Amino acid sequence: MLTILFDGIAYGMLLFILACGLTVTLGLMNFINLAHGAFAMAGGYVTVVMMNRYGISFYWCLPAAFVVSALIGLVLERTLYQWLYQAPHLDQVLFSIGIVFMAIAATDYFMGGQQQLINLPPELSGRMDVFGVGVGRYRLFTIIVCAALALALQLILSKTRFGSRLRAAVDDRRVAMGLGINVPLVFALTFAFGSGLAGLGGAMGAEILGLDPNFPLKFMIYFLIVVSVGGTSTVSGPFLAALLLGIADVAGKYYVPAIGPFVIYALMIVMLIVRPNGLFSRGGR
Amino acid sequence: MLNRRMLMAAAGVALSCLAAIPAAAQETIKIGLILPMTGPFASTGRQVSAGVKTFMAMKGDTVAGKKIELVIRDDAGTADQTRRIAQELVVNDGAKVLAGFGLTPLAMAVAPVATQAKIPSVVMAAGTASITKASEYITRTSGTLPQYSLPVGTWAAANKIKKVVTLVSDYGPGIDAEKWFTKEFKAKGGEIVEAVRVPLANPDFAPFLQRVRDAKPDAVFVFLPSGAGSLFMKQFADRGLADAGIKLIATGDVTDDDILNSMGKPAIGTITGHFYATAHDSPENKAYVAAFKKANADMRPNFMSVGGYDGMALIYAALEKTKGDATGPAFMAAVKGLSWTSPRGPVSIDPETRDIIQNIYMREVKDVNGELQNVEFQTFKDLKDPEKADAK
Repeated sequence: MLTILFDGIAYGMLLFILACGLTVTLGLMNFINLAHGAFAMAGGYVTVVMMNRYGISFYWCLPAAFVVSALIGLVLERTLYQWLYQAPHLDQVLFSIGIVFMAIAATDYFMGGQQQLINLPPELSGRMDVFGVGVGRYRLFTIIVCAALALALQLILSKTRFGSRLRAAVDDRRVAMGLGINVPLVFALTFAFGSGLAGLGGAMGAEILGLDPNFPLKFMIYFLIVVSVGGTSTVSGPFLAALLLGIADVAGKYYVPAIGPFVIYALMIVMLIVRPNGLFSRGGR
Repeated sequence: MLNRRMLMAAAGVALSCLAAIPAAAQETIKIGLILPMTGPFASTGRQVSAGVKTFMAMKGDTVAGKKIELVIRDDAGTADQTRRIAQELVVNDGAKVLAGFGLTPLAMAVAPVATQAKIPSVVMAAGTASITKASEYITRTSGTLPQYSLPVGTWAAANKIKKVVTLVSDYGPGIDAEKWFTKEFKAKGGEIVEAVRVPLANPDFAPFLQRVRDAKPDAVFVFLPSGAGSLFMKQFADRGLADAGIKLIATGDVTDDDILNSMGKPAIGTITGHFYATAHDSPENKAYVAAFKKANADMRPNFMSVGGYDGMALIYAALEKTKGDATGPAFMAAVKGLSWTSPRGPVSIDPETRDIIQNIYMREVKDVNGELQNVEFQTFKDLKDPEKADAK
């Protein structure tokens, strides 16, 4: 029972780290970026290449995955995305889904279509008993890292100068610019940061979720569920939503395997009926 | 719908008229190879086409005085594409034989085309038993899931395994595997504690594995498509199921030779049943592996590649027998009862079902000179597909 809860939390944390970048772009910048999974995949492949081709330690791969994905995000934001901030949402969807397909084809061409595997350092593999509860070491590691990131993210957005500039830029772009805030810079940094988080999520998820060129499409639904249930105005909303969905998914598959895969969707429908604007929305906008 | 059917029928008629022209008039025979070369099942396409090309590199491109021309087309793993491409190949390109078909639904989609145009179709990868029943112009050189799930049940019952949990992907082949393993294992006195079906697009195996662990069986029988299989393998080890005394037995898809080596230590000791292993010890296989690796340095030939290789062997042998006549009825008559020595061992085509008869090997994953290999330790000789044998 507790093991299931633990696995659910670990899975939920992973979902959160993958999806929270999307919360940032969608909620704060009001841009629908379906290509979010492609950045996650980039992070995953960075890890695979560094570990399997060059034998670099897993711990170095995580920050590298963040940095590389963030850089790719920054470049794409400056060259492509920024022209679409003012475009209608449909254009944004079409544009970003196009990026997804290009990313899939490119990955397939360069890396091959097979499932990529990484071998974790020994101290992270296997499981241990904590007060009689079987705990996977890697899952514990995932929970710790993701929880720390969630906390950091919340603090950055609510307490720092950058956070308030970003919120100002989102709420009213013109006034923010008039006050001397460099809005394009703020947006570019935010976008890069969101992409970096996705890359980190992809790197951490490679072990549990697997990694192949179809990653962005396979997990797009999960990202969108997390963001739509959690709402986009806060960080804590998607965080709780991801946890809830992770636990519900794992528990559903464990206790009622016959309908297990549907539990997550049923939950989403219920949540959207009860709280259509997200868990912690400040009311309709 | 009606229009398309009539078009198909017309195409069929036109083709059979074409075929009536003396065969000596045409010097080349086109073989249309339809494979998923992109998309989630691209690795199947890569392996099969590499196997096919290896065969042509080894045996040349002429048979019975005819030149064989290969046309490879990509269906990206979607059935409607497969069907459209099959029609184009037959009608526009004049392909005489179709081959490939990475997945069951793709092969099924081509069956009506094969029947109406009387085009021999060689299934090189898809593994659901019922495919060869869909058209009398379909034959197969891979294997069927019942064929290699059943021996795993025989082996398990004979090796002190009493209680088993089955865990399969929830789609056609998975259900085939579950059914035939269960049937055989129960008949031999074993007990199935629980049957778990995992959704095909499943990101995390944790809950299912925990269920297996809590059921405390002697072994867990697994069928998963090869990519998901490797992920499963790692989580199986991580969750300490092996330490809890639960053995992992599976069909060979899980320890796919193409990616086995990258699975690392957790895979060692896994017992699987399948028709081909890269490490199979025979002069034919040594020659095949050497030729395959020469052309594809970074790949290891797996069971799909050998399905492609043998598919070509079958086409060549049938054309040899018909003296280059590739028309449907003559070709299929020649196919029935063909036998040859494949890299996997002796194989033949069942004259009644047009399905392959072959040895199934029980293998254990071992570290051989620093590379993980499926090492064969027991052979079940000349097995037919049990589903069709049973139906009689």
